[in-house]
Amino acid sequence: MSCIQTIQDYGLRSVGIGERLLPKNDFTLCEQFTLIGSGMIWNIYFGIMALATGFLLATALAVGKASSNKWFRKPSEWFIFLFRGSPLFIQFFFAYFFFLSLKKSYPMFDAFTSAWLGALIVLFLNTAAYSGEIFYGALRSIPKGDIEAADAYGMSGWARFRRIVWPTMLRLAWPAYTNEAIFLFHATTLVFFSAFPAWQQRGDALYYASYFADKTFNPFVPYPILAFYFILLTLAIVSGFGLINKRLNRHLPVARQTKMRFRLNLAR
Amino acid sequence: MFSYCADPDTLGTFRWFSCYLTNGVHWSFYLSFIKVLALLAVTAPVALSFGFAGAMAARSHFPPLSWLGKAYIAIVRGVPDIAFFLFFVIALDQGFEWIRHKVLCRDWTDPIRQGNDFLVCQAAKLPLGTAPEWVHETYGFFLAVITFSIVFGAFAANVLFGGMRAVPHAQLETAEAYGMNRRQTFWKILVPQMWVYALPGLSNLWMVLIKATPLLFLLGVEDIVYWARELGGTKTSKFTQYPHGDWRMWYFLFLLIFYLGMTRISELGLERLMRRLSHGQATSGGELLRKETTA
Repeated sequence: MSCIQTIQDYGLRSVGIGERLLPKNDFTLCEQFTLIGSGMIWNIYFGIMALATGFLLATALAVGKASSNKWFRKPSEWFIFLFRGSPLFIQFFFAYFFFLSLKKSYPMFDAFTSAWLGALIVLFLNTAAYSGEIFYGALRSIPKGDIEAADAYGMSGWARFRRIVWPTMLRLAWPAYTNEAIFLFHATTLVFFSAFPAWQQRGDALYYASYFADKTFNPFVPYPILAFYFILLTLAIVSGFGLINKRLNRHLPVARQTKMRFRLNLAR
Repeated sequence: MFSYCADPDTLGTFRWFSCYLTNGVHWSFYLSFIKVLALLAVTAPVALSFGFAGAMAARSHFPPLSWLGKAYIAIVRGVPDIAFFLFFVIALDQGFEWIRHKVLCRDWTDPIRQGNDFLVCQAAKLPLGTAPEWVHETYGFFLAVITFSIVFGAFAANVLFGGMRAVPHAQLETAEAYGMNRRQTFWKILVPQMWVYALPGLSNLWMVLIKATPLLFLLGVEDIVYWARELGGTKTSKFTQYPHGDWRMWYFLFLLIFYLGMTRISELGLERLMRRLSHGQATSGGELLRKETTA
């Protein structure tokens, strides 16, 4: 079987298009590359959806945590502590069994027990908490002069937030937020290893990589392939976020622009 | 556990819970918490020494060694850590068996990889097929500790490498001016000073390590996640070994609270440690002030 044929059969296997049965034996390198790559669709789906939705909640959380009103501050603090203080792995398990017991009494929660929605909700809340903390830190370090200048121009309330506070917050938080995005994409590999079932063997990249490793008892081929895909993905994120960083900093003289520095140690 | 547990009347009363929560399987569940704490206690120092070796290698003036150290630090960043966990557990096991095979069975002629199998001679099996149960479990735990240490060693190497670079260069130049050689400068000047710079990163790492402990489950150790799934679940939909429905949600809620507690305790402890470490340090007086204003 030629490699083109394999790609046609398994390229979209993870979303249920193409050959139904996974290869059983005599795995070729092409099959491993195709299937693991096909699984990446799920990682990218989870990552992008969670980032897009989490961004809005994160902004709200950051503003809430910085608020002087106790009724806004306390819930935001607790939310952030809850999701940053516990392992994502346990959150996945808890959410799955929680949705499962909800489903028993209310059938409308059926979709929540499948990964595409249930795991997405957990990732959304989790990334919102982590980015909320990053945004909060940035909010606290907005130069005082910027706010005073806004006051002097007669801006207040929404206008000041929309035109001064929020852009500055994003600009300051962006390097850390890029890290968060990278680690969110890495965290998506946990989905099918927690309780969420991979229905009809439609799993993510790590699911297929471990499938091959289990079948061939040889970890030295599938995991490096997975690593290759993830390094590509990481580079794509870094360059994409770098472009946005450039735009956020475009009004500053070149020397003062915040350099994108990447540090790890944000894994969950 | 308690004498009244033998009385069937307790079933349905509140006292039944005290019987249920102290039965034999639950003791295994509680024991697995100790497993998690033991993993933390063993992994933290081992990972720190891996990290120290990695950072030292990355600073080396001998290029291949420095490339090795830098590659070790860099590779964990682009790839999900869970992939490393799954990879190393098999790779280490096969590596050990392969070495033992080469040493113990010199006259073996068949290839080790035959199709989808990994075949070594009986004497090279780890642990030996005749070994008692606890050896198997300890071996599994041992592999888990090494795997965790390799992955977290890379994280720690990154932090320590940064800490070493943060020590003011004038300090090292002064040491040189006093006539110290490279080794003395490193051990007497650089290492004692770098900890304060590295501590924020290391405390973050400790938090991450705590939150990574449930991944033991993926390495095949019977840890708290394993027991929570076992105890909370019903064996089949009709018949169940345990007299309750699906309680896994509650067991995982308990684990969630356990981890939140661990995080909170560590936060408080690390805060105190940071205060103590920065107390007499001229470099971090400002650091402490900065922390107090931003925290």
